[in-house]
Amino acid sequence: MAALEVEGLARHYGEREALSDVSLSLAEGQTLVVFGPNGAGKTTLLRVLATLLRPHAGSVRVLGSSLPDDAWAVRGRVGLLGHEPLLYRELTARENLRFHARLHGVGEERVRELLEAVAMGARANEPLRTLSRGMVQRVAVARTVLHDPDLLLLDEPHSNLDPAAVELVAPLIGARAGTGTEVDPTRRRTRVICSHDPSGDLAEADVVLGLRAGRPALLRAAADVDHEEIAELYR
Amino acid sequence: MSGPTTPTDESQATPHAALPRAAHARPGRPAHAPVGTARAIGALLRKELLVELRTLESVPGMSLFAVTTFVVFHFALNRASVEGDLAAGILWVTLLFAAILGVNRLFVADADQGGFDGFLLAPVDRSAMFVAKALTLLAFLVVLELVAVPAFALLLLGAPLGPALPGLLATLALGDLGVAVIGTLVAAMAVRTRARDLLGPLLALPLFVPIVIGGARAVSPLLVQSHPVAPAARWLLTLGLYDLVFGLIAYALFDFLLED
Repeated sequence: MAALEVEGLARHYGEREALSDVSLSLAEGQTLVVFGPNGAGKTTLLRVLATLLRPHAGSVRVLGSSLPDDAWAVRGRVGLLGHEPLLYRELTARENLRFHARLHGVGEERVRELLEAVAMGARANEPLRTLSRGMVQRVAVARTVLHDPDLLLLDEPHSNLDPAAVELVAPLIGARAGTGTEVDPTRRRTRVICSHDPSGDLAEADVVLGLRAGRPALLRAAADVDHEEIAELYR
Repeated sequence: MSGPTTPTDESQATPHAALPRAAHARPGRPAHAPVGTARAIGALLRKELLVELRTLESVPGMSLFAVTTFVVFHFALNRASVEGDLAAGILWVTLLFAAILGVNRLFVADADQGGFDGFLLAPVDRSAMFVAKALTLLAFLVVLELVAVPAFALLLLGAPLGPALPGLLATLALGDLGVAVIGTLVAAMAVRTRARDLLGPLLALPLFVPIVIGGARAVSPLLVQSHPVAPAARWLLTLGLYDLVFGLIAYALFDFLLED
């Protein structure tokens, strides 16, 4: 079954066209990596898939539900890690995760488990505004996977993370599925990753989408894409 | 253009829907099932009060504004005390302007720190946010009045407050309900605009006028030196009806305000 089916998607902000004529399909368990220069429409695409933006044209089906009409059925099944951590600066990491856990009907044990998984247990009771950006990003990763979503939407997920932290969050947002601390070898996560780093993220991809000025310039199985084609998107 | 779909052997062999869900959902509740509205309101309310306790951005400012305004009136009117219509008018106008400060701050943390998106991604009824925010504003108003009403009695009111208190509390409760409902609606409309600090008061004040009228008329006969009488039922009814109408309007509109 396809996790994502997008046909002729368009989205604009006022007069400006952010996405135009985007079509793609992604099977469950696959990873789509989206490349493109700043302003190419990557974040807009993620926000449409996350039900936060309405498509202005075309059809979008996420996890079998049509958007925007059945967006309610998708909410809670998607984990979005965007540029903003979606966390309150005045609350601690633990309070932020507890808040999101309550909204998703997730128990306290999962919060503890994830704080340990992102190595934030020792600083879990400090307000987020006192933490470094890398630490906040780790908490944001924990928030993203708190409810074990069926679809992960990751916008440059490794930004602000040092190499050790990248390793730390890999089991949580990597291709192999699981509840975070224990990877399930029989399951693969369905993921959409926005990236500027072909050397790191091309290896993660099953399908590659290249966007330029909101329009698809490249859509192919990752095995058939080379670095030069991706570099061309940025020229 | 249609993209390739080349599922791995693993994903084909193990259909996702058939896999057991994570074991961390609340007992008796399937993962990703909608969360009850009451539970969501509780989570939101707890978060709101926690943020306010940490930042002290709204209630202290509102209270200080009200007390300062009474001090200014005390000197500007050059009177030892006020009563009747004048006292009721000063009390209500001051409380409403102080409330505006809270209304302006109500959604700022959500808009600036991604709280809207975090909430919209959760499987909860969106009206939970409206109810939680209105209850938050109501709580702020109650604390404001715990400070402002004694300050008003001390600095301006000639009549004793004791006999007027039951009627005053009933009127304030109805007025607060209206301010909380309208304030939440207006704050949600204004917060996503660039001129939110200006737009909030501009939208709220005209809608607050009937509350000032009803509240001041109801309270006026209570704030007199001799023979205070209970507030006229028609003004209390007017306030109650206004609360009800705007409660229904806000409940119906709030979903659309959260929409993209």
